[in-house]
Amino acid sequence: MSAASSELTVRAPEGAATPRLYGWGRLPMPGREQLSEDLERLTRGAVLSRGLGRSYGDSSLPASPDDRVAATRMANRILAFDPETGVIRAEAGLSLVELNRLFQSRGWFSPVTPGTKYVTLGGMVASDVHGKNHHIEGCFGAHVRSLTMRLADDSVVTCSPTELPDLFDATLGGMGLTGHILAVEFTLQRIPTAWILQESERVANIDEFVTALNTAAPKWPMTVGWIDCLTRGRSMGRGILMAGRWATKDEAPATPPGLGGQIALPFTFPNFAINPLTVGAFNGLYYWKHLAKRATRVVGPEPFFYPLDAILEWNGVYGSRGFTQYQCVVPRAAGAPAVREFMALLTKLGGASPLCVIKDCGPQGRGLLSFPMEGTSVAVDMAVSADTQRIVDRLNEFVISTGGRIYLTKDRFTRPEHFRAMEPRLPAFLAAREKWDPQRRLRSAQSVRLFGDRA
Amino acid sequence: MKTVILGGTTGMGRAIARRLAERGDQVFLMGLDEADLERSAADLSARHPSNAKVAWAVCDLEKPEGFAPALDAADAALGNFDAVIVTAAMFATQDALEADIELTRRLVTVNYAHTVVFCEHVRKRLLARGGGRLTVFSSVAGERGRKPVAIYGSSKGGLSVYLEALDHKFHAQGLSVLSVKPGFVKTGMTAGLKPPPFAGEPEAVAQSVIRAMDRRQPVLYAPGIWALVMFVIRMLPRFVMRKINF
Repeated sequence: MSAASSELTVRAPEGAATPRLYGWGRLPMPGREQLSEDLERLTRGAVLSRGLGRSYGDSSLPASPDDRVAATRMANRILAFDPETGVIRAEAGLSLVELNRLFQSRGWFSPVTPGTKYVTLGGMVASDVHGKNHHIEGCFGAHVRSLTMRLADDSVVTCSPTELPDLFDATLGGMGLTGHILAVEFTLQRIPTAWILQESERVANIDEFVTALNTAAPKWPMTVGWIDCLTRGRSMGRGILMAGRWATKDEAPATPPGLGGQIALPFTFPNFAINPLTVGAFNGLYYWKHLAKRATRVVGPEPFFYPLDAILEWNGVYGSRGFTQYQCVVPRAAGAPAVREFMALLTKLGGASPLCVIKDCGPQGRGLLSFPMEGTSVAVDMAVSADTQRIVDRLNEFVISTGGRIYLTKDRFTRPEHFRAMEPRLPAFLAAREKWDPQRRLRSAQSVRLFGDRA
Repeated sequence: MKTVILGGTTGMGRAIARRLAERGDQVFLMGLDEADLERSAADLSARHPSNAKVAWAVCDLEKPEGFAPALDAADAALGNFDAVIVTAAMFATQDALEADIELTRRLVTVNYAHTVVFCEHVRKRLLARGGGRLTVFSSVAGERGRKPVAIYGSSKGGLSVYLEALDHKFHAQGLSVLSVKPGFVKTGMTAGLKPPPFAGEPEAVAQSVIRAMDRRQPVLYAPGIWALVMFVIRMLPRFVMRKINF
């Protein structure tokens, strides 16, 4: 546990002269955060809450250096747990690492988990995170029973699907702009064992991938694909599809799985470390390591859900220039050719990336700005360069033409006019903001960029 | 162990209480605020399937008349405790204390006089039942008169001397006293201060405190590097201490 604590800090790269806050993409904004165990006191007068800083872009960064940013991670108590139903209520700073550590061995798991466990409950609500089981379970918000919130006028209220439902819906995926989340009540999922039966399959190209995801969806509660996004031509979009379900007692080993140790990245890599040659070599190895067309094995939740968490602060591999992730969803209605066209555009614009992930999403949830919609989601890491803005613009224009949208949690470069064009739900969200925060007191660097809030 | 923790809702006290609860020990919480105690009790209860509902009592180091009733409540809930941990104390910067004499009076009273009084209540109860463990958080600030912690440090220095004497005098009767001397630990108390080198995490400190209690060790520096740092500081001649601002 001693090790577990040091990961629960948000470390700024060394040598920053003025205080700065960083998102996961390491592009900073000037500002500082305030820490306390007493979230009720801390959020009074604050304009933004921030958990473990794992959102890639600017959603957890302040609009202005003097803004009061409340860091929630010390407010991490479980307030109630019912071992009969799995209903749990906890302060917003409780992390998924801690939740897994405490409940995985007791037969409970978060109903939805993103690809990192270094997130807080408050962050999971504000991003309305999705995971490998989105096609079955929807977003995290679908499992939230109620939220305790401090609003822009400093009052504290409870909202739920039945109580102040408009506030509840605007808060799921609302990027912290509707109020400070103080406590979250949701339902844990019963698991038969803490092991996962995983089937992996080599997939030859993007068309085959879309089909494979569709075929796997009814059979497997959890699916995701890794794509080698450097390969072009007939093998464009080749990769590995991973599907899984919780293993039964007969299938699982008798001992519990590990909780995942970490090795820290010893230093920030030089900017040239991630380049087409190194990434091409890595991707080729990763693809052909999977020699058999199909393989089945029993794995722990760590390698299955959180492969990258094994390396603490892996974002350092992109060097000091920082990086971003582009994640979009192309609606099912646009068809498989649209996904192929998107992949063609992505490989042509050519951000060399070892990380490109594909996932089929289920129906859209109730969150007014929640990312997923029925269709195919693609996420790709890109080192930041002078070209990044142009690449994001081109990708966004294509996504708009398909009727799709992007994930705000990953975003730092989308233009406001593009966001408006891809978000028919935006007026409803802005109306909720107008109602609950007419002065727009609550804001972030992202809300300045996308909604024109004052800096 | 059946353990009472005064100050167990925040910082290092919270981390210790959690660790004990997670290994199935019975814990009783003492602190200032009812709502806060209730939240922490719920947190501890949820951490281990065998934990019964964790009980608590309000106990304020500024109000010594409340010590005996709070300890009675702990004895009733646990069926006679056999260990007590005190992490509660006041902290203020030297500047704030120099500017406010009333704050100085309160801080030295709470950190020294009333903490000693609380420990005396505990000592009598534990000796009457054949011994037990008493762990109290003092500080590395009490090792030497130093400019940045002149007043706070002196309150902890007095406490450290008391704890050492208690260990000498009653060790043979089964009372194990542990004086914990934390250096800088990243808790709510130090949030906003710039962490020095070797700043510790509360969870790591909690782990070493419980290990030291289990082994009936008398003194613990946490993180351990502070034993060396303070050894050097204790060896420095006065004329050097006058010059430096450490």
